[in-house]
Amino acid sequence: MARIDLSAIRHSYMPRPSVEADYALKQVDHSFLDGGAYALLGPSGCGKTTLLNIISGLLHPSEGRLLFDGRDVTDLTTQERNIAQVFQFPVVYDTMTVYENLAFPLRNRGVPRDEIDRQVRETLALTDLAAVAQRRARGLTADLKQKIALGRGLVRSDVNAILFDEPLTVIDPHMKWQLRSELRKLHRRFGFTMVYVTHDQTEALTFADTVVVMYEGEIVQIGTPDELFERPAHTFVGYFIGSPGMNLLPVEVEGVQARFGAHAIALPGAVRDVKGPAELGVRPEYVRLGAAGLPAQVRRVEDLGRRKVVWLLVEGQELAAVLGEDEGLPTEPRVTFAPEGINLYVASRRRALEAAA
Amino acid sequence: MTKTWNNKAWFFVLPVLALVAFNALIPLMTVVNYSVQESFGGNVFFFEGTKWYSQVLNSERFRAALGRQLIFTFTILAIEVPLGVLIALCMPRRGVWVSVCLVLMALPLLIPWNVVGAIWNIFALPDLGLLGRVLNGIGFDYNFTRQAGDAWFTLIVMDVWHWTSLVVLLAYAGLISIPDAYYQAAKIDGASRWAVFRHIQLPKMKRVLTIAILLRFMDSFMIYTEPFVLTGGGPGNSTTVLSIDLVKIALGQFDLGQAAAMSIIYFLIVLVFSWVFYTVMMRNEGEGQS
Repeated sequence: MARIDLSAIRHSYMPRPSVEADYALKQVDHSFLDGGAYALLGPSGCGKTTLLNIISGLLHPSEGRLLFDGRDVTDLTTQERNIAQVFQFPVVYDTMTVYENLAFPLRNRGVPRDEIDRQVRETLALTDLAAVAQRRARGLTADLKQKIALGRGLVRSDVNAILFDEPLTVIDPHMKWQLRSELRKLHRRFGFTMVYVTHDQTEALTFADTVVVMYEGEIVQIGTPDELFERPAHTFVGYFIGSPGMNLLPVEVEGVQARFGAHAIALPGAVRDVKGPAELGVRPEYVRLGAAGLPAQVRRVEDLGRRKVVWLLVEGQELAAVLGEDEGLPTEPRVTFAPEGINLYVASRRRALEAAA
Repeated sequence: MTKTWNNKAWFFVLPVLALVAFNALIPLMTVVNYSVQESFGGNVFFFEGTKWYSQVLNSERFRAALGRQLIFTFTILAIEVPLGVLIALCMPRRGVWVSVCLVLMALPLLIPWNVVGAIWNIFALPDLGLLGRVLNGIGFDYNFTRQAGDAWFTLIVMDVWHWTSLVVLLAYAGLISIPDAYYQAAKIDGASRWAVFRHIQLPKMKRVLTIAILLRFMDSFMIYTEPFVLTGGGPGNSTTVLSIDLVKIALGQFDLGQAAAMSIIYFLIVLVFSWVFYTVMMRNEGEGQS
């Protein structure tokens, strides 16, 4: 297992990129610590798979260096990097049995026969595949095939990292949950460095200790699931994580107040150097409905069982609020924001609020 | 709950049945009819039972033609299938050259069969054809109209030229349908070029190659036009394959009974070979989804 450092990685699929938009990865500087469980989260086309393929060596970055434990591996082949990768669609070798599938990466590396047997048996037990070891891989279900693909990664005990590229896309929902918790278990037991690419926030938040959110070829935030929820560093994170996403209101900042249309909203702190247009971000969970505050109209209510989402119109701006199932709706609702839930964004980036002097 | 029977569907099936009957079953039954009868002029027929069949099966001439046919078919299969796969592997998977390659590959398939025979006949003529003159020029004693070995060589080269493309196109279709993830996984697993071919490409091409081999087997087993134009079955009987022999018997000697019996035997051989081959190749296809 290894620590992986990405240093000023940029990548373009075009032969001669000139403008910023030509780059699929704009600039990535990041370290995946040894033994960490990371999720790369982002919408389709944000560059997360590109980044993963650069780490595994399937792609050579246009610019920048890649280091494993401080050693420059940018120009090494996939095989020399000794990486395991599990793909979106389960890749199994159809003509081989499950056992032979797991033995394949070891055979290719010329490991002695009895050593292969020992490691394959160990991995079969680990992934609960022992019962189907002698079955041909082609007839198995998608989740078993994906386990085989995972097993081919685990069988090499010396891999530097295991990379997952949306591995649960084709798996049935109830198996998804099971496979994910098995992955967590394996990770806790062996401490691999794991990087898990997904566009599904639930998957990312339940799998990883650290979530790396990517947007348009850049990392916009690195943090724990909690941080991503409470303090999104970028308006995109606010929108992408949480359901529904964060409310964003166009405001004018005036000291410790934000002017929203004809109303003034008190900020929990002042922002240095910010005057003029900004965006106020409040998660629906921090929107309170009561007798005081901004007048609002109720547009519709979505009942989600344990809670309900109320869509409001405030000053012509749509706003979501999340209420408990037993909370009533006031007849003439007025909106306030819980101070701990208020974030301020200038040009999409979060600006820290300092405690009012 | 009772099942409703609706016989209206027959109206949709009947036209097809009638069509198949007219273009396949009725002619086939005519041949069956001829094969068990002795025919004289003036529409006089006698029932002969299996006489023609035993005569054909015991004839030296039929066995020799069948032997030549088998040698021809298995030789061209042994060349065209590996060569076709090799060419398909060398073709680009994407880019502008894909269409150029595909058009070049498809060209021989677009030429009418008798034209192919004529092209090669002239091309290989020892005194004025390019191939014939070059071969003689560099010291070979090449004359496909006189020497049996040369006739065979020309026949096989012509068939390889004409039909390898079909194998290439089918194999290529199989190859490009393999998702990139397989190649990426193979890189991760450290597979060699040979292992990629053996464990990814070949298994994924199995179905199309089965079809390619079947088509080439059937087509080459029934080959007529090209050898007819190229060598006419000669020199002597050296390139008289089954269909050429059959036409000689049916139209040359007008032995309708014998020719009909031979046609049926010929048909059964093709049918049995194809069925056995297909069954063997598809033996394990049933288990699970691919």
